[in-house]
Amino acid sequence: MSNPEGQPATPAPIAPASEAPMVRAEQVWKSFGNLDVLKGVDLTVYPRQTFVLLGPSGGGKSTLLRCINHLEQIDAGRLYVDGDLMGYREHGDKLHEMRLKDVARQRAKIGMVFQRFNLFPHMTAIQNVMAAPTHVHHESKGEAEKEAERLLAQVGLADKLEYYPAQLSGGQQQRVAIARALAMHPKLMLFDEPTSALDPELVGEVLDVMKNLALGGMTMIVVTHEIGFAKEVADGVALLDGGVVVESGPPGECLVNPKEERTKLFLSKVLA
Amino acid sequence: MATVSQAAPSVGRPPRIEAIPIRHWGRWISAVVILFVAFAMLWSLWHNPNVDISTIRHNLFAPYVLRGVVVTIELTIIAMVIGLVGGVLLAVMRLSPNPVLKTVAWAYIWFFRGTPILVQILFWGFVGALYKNIFVGLPFTGIVFGHASTSRLIGAFTAAILALGLNEAAYAAELVRAGIISVDRGQYEAAHSLGMSGGLTMRLIVLPQAMRVIIPPMGNETISMLKTTALVSVISGTDLMTNIQLAYSQNFKTIPLLLVASIWYLAMTSVMSVGQYYLERHFGRGFGQREGEAAEKRAERRDTKRAAANHV
Repeated sequence: MSNPEGQPATPAPIAPASEAPMVRAEQVWKSFGNLDVLKGVDLTVYPRQTFVLLGPSGGGKSTLLRCINHLEQIDAGRLYVDGDLMGYREHGDKLHEMRLKDVARQRAKIGMVFQRFNLFPHMTAIQNVMAAPTHVHHESKGEAEKEAERLLAQVGLADKLEYYPAQLSGGQQQRVAIARALAMHPKLMLFDEPTSALDPELVGEVLDVMKNLALGGMTMIVVTHEIGFAKEVADGVALLDGGVVVESGPPGECLVNPKEERTKLFLSKVLA
Repeated sequence: MATVSQAAPSVGRPPRIEAIPIRHWGRWISAVVILFVAFAMLWSLWHNPNVDISTIRHNLFAPYVLRGVVVTIELTIIAMVIGLVGGVLLAVMRLSPNPVLKTVAWAYIWFFRGTPILVQILFWGFVGALYKNIFVGLPFTGIVFGHASTSRLIGAFTAAILALGLNEAAYAAELVRAGIISVDRGQYEAAHSLGMSGGLTMRLIVLPQAMRVIIPPMGNETISMLKTTALVSVISGTDLMTNIQLAYSQNFKTIPLLLVASIWYLAMTSVMSVGQYYLERHFGRGFGQREGEAAEKRAERRDTKRAAANHV
């Protein structure tokens, strides 16, 4: 590694309009037992941006993503989404842990798509999409059903409403999962290696849905190994290795003319 | 069907193999032996005057037998409901991070699984000897709102339900816990990421999936419960077995009446097995074999519903 621990090499100066950031991570640390997985990560993502996290396995990408919606609790630093401190309430100079109910309210604004889809296997595609709107937002069944049909049509699955996840291909399941996350009308979408568990033939259909989402102005943070997607769609990329941001910036710089040796090495291996 | 492969049209498909199948002589011989033994046993039963077919026929639908059957069914259902509700409660307690709840659940299961059900039934039957009266009030203050004699409050039927239900809860708790543990961590994460609270996640996502694992052994538990109810005859639980025992202690037709009981227990457990099949099918949705057809049917229903709505 070319830089000392805890020091981001480049501060991510992706110029936004003078807008409040959607995600702001300040010196985020996270460890599992004795293992430090994140060692002071800074990250800023502005509304309507697509931000891609790259890096080797164990570099901390997925952990950072899971910290953003508080599936993992951070040990140090601060993490804000849409201006709210995630998982804690600040009273004077003291932090109080939030109850799961209040964390749930924060999470409802953040959609998440998992590597292994995690669809609810006992529900049909449309029931998967309707579950959270009807039970968390208490929308009426008819209203939620209409919206679910629209979302499933949007991801190209209008003819699969009544199918159970086990009857769908991996690519179809992942698209249902995207529709399920969108049904909560999130302000931010997190993608945790959404195409890594798919057959190569099925990767394209999921990436297409994600591209359309990005073009539609959704704020997205994507952990992926698809360099092509990053080059084409991302507004910003960051390479995480050893729990720190090694390099970050617009894809045109980071992925074409990387400054850091570590980035060059990673790209040469991924693109080989 | 194409008989010629498209890749190599000149070769054609070779003829289907017509081999002589293996002959299983052993199966034939064992079948003949077993059929002979079974026939001999049935023949000896049929011609045994102690079986007394006419007594069986006269008692099979006698009012005292039917009353016993109803009580047996009531006992089974009520005890299983108590067992299942208590089991879910105990399982969630055991899996909770709260050390007090965890220990209480563990101790409960330890006690009720560690003592014979017959002892527990007798215990509840004679609970009046432990506490003569039951008081409702504030402990250690002397304030009493009311009291009643235990033997009046807890009759044989209530004692039987308490014994069977509380015992079943301990066993059901372990089954439910196994079912809950079998649900993938990713399901919790997906539910949480959609903003679902802990309780909603449990009710909507985890328990329905756990049910698929829990139902088959719970079916066995129910069938086993139906037969265990016979034990409450030791406290005169007024069930089928109590009434049968009472009858043959007076008329000494022990064997025919025991056969009457057997016929009823067999009939009831058979009906339950059918019910179990439908329950398993319901909670196995999403995992079945013929889901494709079912999905098309649901899609059709949706289309007709929408067409109807558009007409209005």
